[in-house]
Amino acid sequence: MIWEVTRIALRGLRANKLRSALTTLGIIIGVSAVILLTALGNGIQAGFNEQFGSLNTQITVTPTEGAVPGGGQARDLTENDMEALLNPRDAPDVATVTPIVGGAALLQVGGDQYRTSVTGTTADYLSITDRELTAGRAFDEQEVRTNAKVVVLGPNPVNELFGGNPTAALNQEIRIGSAVFRVIGTVEATGQQDDVAIMPVGAARSYLTGGDDELDTIIVRARSAEAVTPAADQITAILSERHNIRDTAKRDFDVQALQQQIQEATQFLSFLTLFTAAVAGISLIVGSIGVANIMLVTVTERTREIGIRKAIGARPRVILLQFMLESIFLSGMGGLIGIALGVGLSLTGAAILPQLIPDFPAPAVDPSSIVLAFTISLIIGLIAGGYPAHRASRLRPIEALRYQ
Amino acid sequence: MSTAYPHPRSLVGTIGVVEGTAALRGGIMIELDGVTKVYGNGEVQVRALGPVDLLIEEGDLVAIMGPSGSGKSTMMNILGCLDVPSGGRYTLDGVDVSKLRDNKLAAIRNTRIGFVFQSFNLISRTSAVRNVELPLIYAGDKSRRRERALAALERVGLGERAGHMPNELSGGQQQRVAVARALVTNPAIILADEPTGNLDTTSTVEVMRLLVELNDAGRTVVLITHEPEVAEFAKRVIELRDGQIVRDVRQKQLVAS
Ligand SMILES: Nc1ncnc2c1ncn2[C@@H]1O[C@H](COP(=O)(O)OP(=O)(O)OP(=O)(O)O)[C@@H](O)[C@H]1O
Ligand SMILES: [Mg+2]
Repeated sequence: MIWEVTRIALRGLRANKLRSALTTLGIIIGVSAVILLTALGNGIQAGFNEQFGSLNTQITVTPTEGAVPGGGQARDLTENDMEALLNPRDAPDVATVTPIVGGAALLQVGGDQYRTSVTGTTADYLSITDRELTAGRAFDEQEVRTNAKVVVLGPNPVNELFGGNPTAALNQEIRIGSAVFRVIGTVEATGQQDDVAIMPVGAARSYLTGGDDELDTIIVRARSAEAVTPAADQITAILSERHNIRDTAKRDFDVQALQQQIQEATQFLSFLTLFTAAVAGISLIVGSIGVANIMLVTVTERTREIGIRKAIGARPRVILLQFMLESIFLSGMGGLIGIALGVGLSLTGAAILPQLIPDFPAPAVDPSSIVLAFTISLIIGLIAGGYPAHRASRLRPIEALRYQ
Repeated sequence: MSTAYPHPRSLVGTIGVVEGTAALRGGIMIELDGVTKVYGNGEVQVRALGPVDLLIEEGDLVAIMGPSGSGKSTMMNILGCLDVPSGGRYTLDGVDVSKLRDNKLAAIRNTRIGFVFQSFNLISRTSAVRNVELPLIYAGDKSRRRERALAALERVGLGERAGHMPNELSGGQQQRVAVARALVTNPAIILADEPTGNLDTTSTVEVMRLLVELNDAGRTVVLITHEPEVAEFAKRVIELRDGQIVRDVRQKQLVAS
């Protein structure tokens, strides 16, 4: 009998095509909005993780500028300090260390010149700071050891001196300060530190910044996100020991991890995703109120029909089933179409958005949002149809027949 | 006697005896025992019916008459298990119906009773044959359903109109579809509340002819009418007034002239 009642229910919906379509539309919009908005939120979160995730294990050590509070002159950070951080016994949670010396210099090619900042560092600098090459290569350890006069240019100097063409810059001789360097690579723009020339730390010292073994910054990588806090403690202990500091207030260096800020930002983003999902959820609720409304009207309007069906022997259960099915079809169809639309829009967005807006994170559909949205739409159908259907099924046939 | 209506028997011919109907056994089909119906609660109570005692034999053809508001429909709805009495006992074919619950009542309406309404009460936007099929669907009866529905339509002379929607049929045709729907489950009783009330003379004759033939085939038929001409087809006439039976006569059925 279920099959026949199903057909009766479907005929009931077809008899009111426009109304059924409009009702379904509410669910379609609600479900697709839930899927699309969570996909956008997910995409933004994933993009954030990709871009800033590497900072999660990063610790920067810098010397305190000028006088130490309550103490004498601050001591510099040195190559030896850095080497000490690599001692596996004292600092088991430190994975890598990278030195940075900074300065500024005039770059000259032919008659053109441009002033930029210089970063002297080691071979793993680019991978640690997540900078992509746009042409050429990074310098290797051999070149770092030999203080080779090679340079990797940031986008600003490439723009100013080579018309923005990275390949034109490759292998060009370029005068930096008083020495001539060879351009071996160029890096992408990141919006930060685009105005830069990156070279082996020894070369920077020898030809530009001077000094013996002072470092402006040490970038430390912890072994894992969990190791950041112990690693920072180990660094602090080692440097305090080396700089003879017993009073924490008198430290002449700063140890800073970005982890907490990153995690706060990640949490903030997930709140944002939750918020957008809630907004979408509201539209789903509005859609379901539409279904409830229509089912109430439908049942009321068809009270006489219910009376006829009962008069010729339909049991209460059969009446209940018919209207429940109508309502579940409405919301289920809406749910399915909404899923197709939501997933379709998300995929289209993933294909198109990053091309239109560079760096726009591609929406990533969350399968659980599909399951959730569809389940909700079915539950809506059950509740929205259930109440009026139950009422209708309880009516005495004569009451239903007399209904005007 | 009016001669406006030709005797139904003179019209018999296309309609055969309905299968499976037992010959008149002379048993009691309907028994009302002090049945009352009171509408409203609290201060304004209207006693629409009774107390009424009534026996209707199997195979009888009864016409119920009486002025408007005399309780005819009220009684008919109770007989058809569409409504429950406020008091008294209703026994249908040996079963005390007043004690049954919704599901059992639905089953009785489905298989034992065929109901024909003054306003046809077909389901709109549903073809004639689907309307006729419905009681079989609700009975969970799968065997040759479409075939039986079509046969019932043939019996009322509407075989050709099986695919028509109710709004594509005349009033008389709609009422014949309703009669087909009432007889498709082969019920023992046909109840009809002013079945010809909305019909012209020709359609009235057609519908009455069907009811008389169903009665000839062994079914108990009870109908309400305001028209003396229609009542002439009955074997027994009961008259109600203010919810009471005031006249109950057996009459000779209209005989062919
Ligand atoms: N649902 C109801 N609520 C209250 N009173 C009702 C209800 N149905 C019927 N009545 C009253 O019961 C009485 C009998 O009504 P009923 O419908 O049985 O009359 P009837 O004999 O069928 O009249 P008619 O020939 O006009 O159809 C009337 O006084 C009517 O007003
Ligand atoms: Mg009436």
